[in-house]
Amino acid sequence: MSSDMSSSGHKPDGSAKEKAPPVSQPKFWNDPKKRSLLFQVLLLSVLGFVFYTIIDNTLTNLEQRGITTGFDFLTREAGFGIAMSLIDYTEASSYGMTFIVGLLNTILIAVMGIIAATILGFILGVARLSDNWLVAKFSALYIEIFRNIPLLLQIFFWYYAVLRTLPQPRQSIEFLGSFINNRGFIFPAPVPEEGFGLVTVGFFAAIAASWLIARWAKKRQELTGQQFPVALTTIGLVIGVPLVLFLFSGMPLGLDHPELKGFNFKGGITVIPELIALWLALSIYTAAFIAETVRAGILAVSHGQTEAATALGMSKAKTLRLIVIPQALRVVIPPLTSQYLNLTKNSSLATAIGYPDLVNVFAGTTLNQTGQAIEVISMTMAVYLALSLMTSFFMNWYNARIQLSER
Amino acid sequence: MKYELQPTLPPPANMIGVIGWLRKNLFNGPVNSIATIVVGYFLISFLVPTIQWIFIDADWVGDSRDACTSGGACWVFIANRLDQFLYGFYPEAEHWRVQIAFIILIGSIIWLVLPKTPKKGIVAALLLVAYPVVAFILLYGNSFGLPQVETHLWGGLTLTLVLAVVGIVASLPLGIVLALGRQSEMPIVRSVCVTFIEIWRGVPLITVLFMASVMLPLFFPEGMSFDKLLRALIGITLFQSAYMAEVIRGGLQAIPKGQYEAADALGLGYWQKMILIIMPQALKLMIPGIVNTFIALFKDTSLVLIIGLFDVLAIGQAANQDPKWIGYSTESYLFVALLFWVFCFSMSRYSQHLEKALNTGHGNRA
Amino acid sequence: MSHSQATDKMMVELRNLNKWYGEFHVLKNINLEVKQGEKIVICGPSGSGKSTMIRCINHLEEHQKGDIIVNDIPLNEDIKNIEAIRKEVGMVFQHFNLFPHLTVLENCVLAPIWVKKMPRKEAEAQAMELLERVKIPDQALKYPGQLSGGQQQRVAIARSLCMNPDVMLFDEPTSALDPEMIKEVLDVMIELATEGMTMLCVTHEMGFAKTVADRVIFMDGGQIVEENEPHEFFNNPQHERTQLFLSQILQH
Ligand SMILES: Nc1ncnc2c1ncn2[C@@H]1O[C@H](COP(=O)(O)OP(=O)(O)OP(=O)(O)O)[C@@H](O)[C@H]1O
Ligand SMILES: [Mg+2]
Repeated sequence: MSSDMSSSGHKPDGSAKEKAPPVSQPKFWNDPKKRSLLFQVLLLSVLGFVFYTIIDNTLTNLEQRGITTGFDFLTREAGFGIAMSLIDYTEASSYGMTFIVGLLNTILIAVMGIIAATILGFILGVARLSDNWLVAKFSALYIEIFRNIPLLLQIFFWYYAVLRTLPQPRQSIEFLGSFINNRGFIFPAPVPEEGFGLVTVGFFAAIAASWLIARWAKKRQELTGQQFPVALTTIGLVIGVPLVLFLFSGMPLGLDHPELKGFNFKGGITVIPELIALWLALSIYTAAFIAETVRAGILAVSHGQTEAATALGMSKAKTLRLIVIPQALRVVIPPLTSQYLNLTKNSSLATAIGYPDLVNVFAGTTLNQTGQAIEVISMTMAVYLALSLMTSFFMNWYNARIQLSER
Repeated sequence: MKYELQPTLPPPANMIGVIGWLRKNLFNGPVNSIATIVVGYFLISFLVPTIQWIFIDADWVGDSRDACTSGGACWVFIANRLDQFLYGFYPEAEHWRVQIAFIILIGSIIWLVLPKTPKKGIVAALLLVAYPVVAFILLYGNSFGLPQVETHLWGGLTLTLVLAVVGIVASLPLGIVLALGRQSEMPIVRSVCVTFIEIWRGVPLITVLFMASVMLPLFFPEGMSFDKLLRALIGITLFQSAYMAEVIRGGLQAIPKGQYEAADALGLGYWQKMILIIMPQALKLMIPGIVNTFIALFKDTSLVLIIGLFDVLAIGQAANQDPKWIGYSTESYLFVALLFWVFCFSMSRYSQHLEKALNTGHGNRA
Repeated sequence: MSHSQATDKMMVELRNLNKWYGEFHVLKNINLEVKQGEKIVICGPSGSGKSTMIRCINHLEEHQKGDIIVNDIPLNEDIKNIEAIRKEVGMVFQHFNLFPHLTVLENCVLAPIWVKKMPRKEAEAQAMELLERVKIPDQALKYPGQLSGGQQQRVAIARSLCMNPDVMLFDEPTSALDPEMIKEVLDVMIELATEGMTMLCVTHEMGFAKTVADRVIFMDGGQIVEENEPHEFFNNPQHERTQLFLSQILQH
């Protein structure tokens, strides 16, 4: 029958055509609703079976090894020391405390890394687009070198090839009362004395005043059109007021100077080399990615926008501040957030050089000592997962807000 | 009015030639001039001694550290351990097997990358399906008269490539299934896929590797033991498939709705529609994304040293501990960095080139 | 005017068709009967539900209430029936929707080969014949991106005809085209009509409606407001809404 198809392409009567007989009740497997229901039930049962087997096997295995499941171990005494802690921690603290200490150390390195990577990344991203050939090429060179080398290797390099080869404490490099050696970076600790509270109060008062001034300036601009240098005033107030108060109240800030006692330093604040190496590597590596993000954001603002602003008589700086940056930021913020998330997740490489972050302390030492693999790894993963979910909620909220204001 | 024909004049001398170039690109305005001088000074004061150290003052030949006397880089160290960097502890008599596997891989990749070679589809399919089997037989042996080489002997660049290639090849089908599942209209299928993807994307690879190495053995009945390499590969594949799924989803979403509708209207079934119409178009859009995730995976393979596998970075780490060669860690880091850099940089260039081709071409040509 | 080629056989039947997008009632109680060989032109303001209605016929959109019967096959939740109907109903889209990764010829033979299991040789012979009828046999080995809009739309028509359909649906086939290309597409459609194809066309080409249509249907707000043979429809519109629409559209 198909031979006549080619003869005319179509035929008016269509009688020679085979026809599905009219069916009133479809066969079970031909009804898409029932079909998909069946499929989903099947999927669920397979998943259920897999999970059941896994849990069953795990329980049997744990029993044979004499490990009791549950989170009771969190209250037991940990009995090991941690090289760096932001809160009070001793060997007598509980395993639960090791989780907190590790988490805080993770947050510390993440925040430090995010700040440094952002500054460096923005500078490099703008430099990449500079019309100065040398600056642009230098930035491109930086980006291409650092983002194509594994982060772990960079961490090792800073830690083993640079920081660990620094001199012993006795031969420390000294400057401005601070010391650098293979035990880290040691600098004087500021100790607030009486009257320092006033400086703090002044600082917050200056912030409040700046806010009020900004509001007043905006109102005045709306009414009279006069501009007021808000940014400069704010900087002046926030730095100036505390500084003046500090000087007038007789500089109520002492310094606790580090001193060499025996083989090591006492006093001051010590930044351990693991933290420095991790911080350097994370910032340098992530900055290369942020620079690319920033560059893409600036490029996304069309040339027409700049020309329109110039045609309206705006200066180059005003164009950048009022036209380019606000539009670029919209493009940059989502990928920037995911770079921050990457940096935080990458900070778990700390464990390779022994910086006591969550993975090193908790999923490392605590896991080894207790053998509670399931609980420890689930808790660790849950922390990172919660961070990711929070980030993606923020991003959805942000994108929704942007879309709203673009309508 | 009469007018005279004006001659075409060359531009003023300060716009052309070396001076013009310098003026335009390096010294237009005081700020730029200062930037040029600062960056230039920094580059010279950093690059000159570095190049001196790496090339001019370096020692290249010898067989112990005694050969390193000139104060520059001691490449003798690397040269002496080159075999380990490339093959790990793979028996020397069997190195040819690794070399053949590597040559086949490079050969087919070059075939795929070159613009005018025929039968790309078949080569790609062979690379994805047949090559892993062939490579496994070659590397592991124990058949076809090849002596067995246990996986704990695999190491160096060989292991790095094994991890990356297996990770990408195995995660591709899994990623496709997850991406299709995420777009499914069946709520349970969709939520299972979303959960799976978001969990793996939310956690660092290192926790996945920890999980694969300490939790995985607990999941299976007693006596069933896994090779350490296999455990790492399972972890990497699960992790990678989540990222792959997102790349694939992006490609699928870029296909206009009209394509789905036209396929439906012609009476094509779901799988026919996906395989004949959607995937061939989407795959082309996905390649840059896939290459980018591959670069990320390639760098991430170095993490396996934390669970005790000897990838190329771990070999370098171990070499640095060798008391006979203490003090040359910079050389080994630089060498390993160079290896990674060459791979990653060329791949990222290729992916950029593809992206550009996709954007400038009218997108309609096959 | 047009001499009807309609037979008594019912080809497409919509009975009390209702459709909602969420809360939005797009199609309200549509009743329409199309006999074999009949040509229907559907017009109406934007958003009146014309596309939605004809897309329901081959189940690109799902309806919630009422019956659709195509060539005696009821459109229900049975996948087999949906497949059968799609084999018999061809559709031409506003934006052509050709497959950009396949050549013109491959576009045409794809469905015959995979859906109808036709041998490739035969499918190609048939496709070449149809491409000749739409007057572009020489473009067979090009890719869609290398053709003009009018050529692409003619390929799309040929592609649908390759499935040897009993009914053809057209959703504004010329509205994405430049004026000089509209004619070449309309010529193909007119030729198709004279050969006796059953056609449902959403279009605002009133000249086409006058020469070809057996009936013109005017839709507004998801309803069929007026339905008449073309001469009456254009010269003596009954409904106020129709008069307004026609006066606006004929001004140009
Ligand atoms: N997927 C959808 N979801 C929600 N509403 C829809 C959807 N598709 C169409 N609509 C709405 O249904 C109504 C009818 O749409 P339809 O496309 O059928 O109109 P039309 O008559 O073809 O108009 P046009 O001449 O502009 O093509 C419109 O109001 C439209 O906004
Ligand atoms: Mg429409």
